[in-house]
Amino acid sequence: MNLRKDRSKLPPQNRGLNAITGAMSLLVVLLIVQMWLLSATLDSYLANRPEAAVPATVISAVAFACCFGLYLFVERIDRQVRGRSSHE
Amino acid sequence: MTPEEASRPLWQDEFSVHSADERYVTRRQFTKFLVLTSLAMFVGQVWILVKSWFARQPEALPHQVVARKGEIEVGEVKLFTYPTAQDHCIMVRTAPDVYVAYSQKCTHLSCAVYYSKESNRLLCPCHNGFFSVDDGSVLAGPPPRSLPKVLIAVRGDELVATGIREA
Repeated sequence: MNLRKDRSKLPPQNRGLNAITGAMSLLVVLLIVQMWLLSATLDSYLANRPEAAVPATVISAVAFACCFGLYLFVERIDRQVRGRSSHE
Repeated sequence: MTPEEASRPLWQDEFSVHSADERYVTRRQFTKFLVLTSLAMFVGQVWILVKSWFARQPEALPHQVVARKGEIEVGEVKLFTYPTAQDHCIMVRTAPDVYVAYSQKCTHLSCAVYYSKESNRLLCPCHNGFFSVDDGSVLAGPPPRSLPKVLIAVRGDELVATGIREA
């Protein structure tokens, strides 16, 4: 008995949910990295070692850009799924 | 009201949002919240960068007479404020000609440190943090950094605070 589900046969809303869940997981990972960066930079700044501030800000900017990209991806998926749902 | 709406059970009017749709919207909103949190983290990083940039500019602190030579005995302390009235400092005479001064604010949770003559160390009583009286470095306990050192210059008969050297 084949218990595997064919993902293409899932309703579009479920596929959209899967995409959003995946994007959220990536977002959470990026956020944890950003939180660690912020606490480490603050600690080194208070220890009068501000050298870490520039690379940490660059990495944080890249992480934020990735988060924003994921958000745009989620918005696009959502629009597509809603469009298909309304046609069906 | 259309005949279709009239034939619909009452509970569908009360709970008009499909549970799957409701969950879907909530996840999208949560994604937006995560992105805004990421933006806040980035803004925090920029804030630290700006603060560290301005901290690099040399700041001219006033010269202030804090005591007279011989005013305190060896092993005794004098408390003073420098550079503002809110910045409490402690000066210790460790040898006949040696005067050292530090910020009195512990680098752990800002409790006031005091000098322990018995152990010849600066002690923070809140969480048992110990600092070296020679250079302000952490000897034991939870403080993460050394005490900021107040630079003392001897001018004639006066002891003058000329600046602060951070840890």
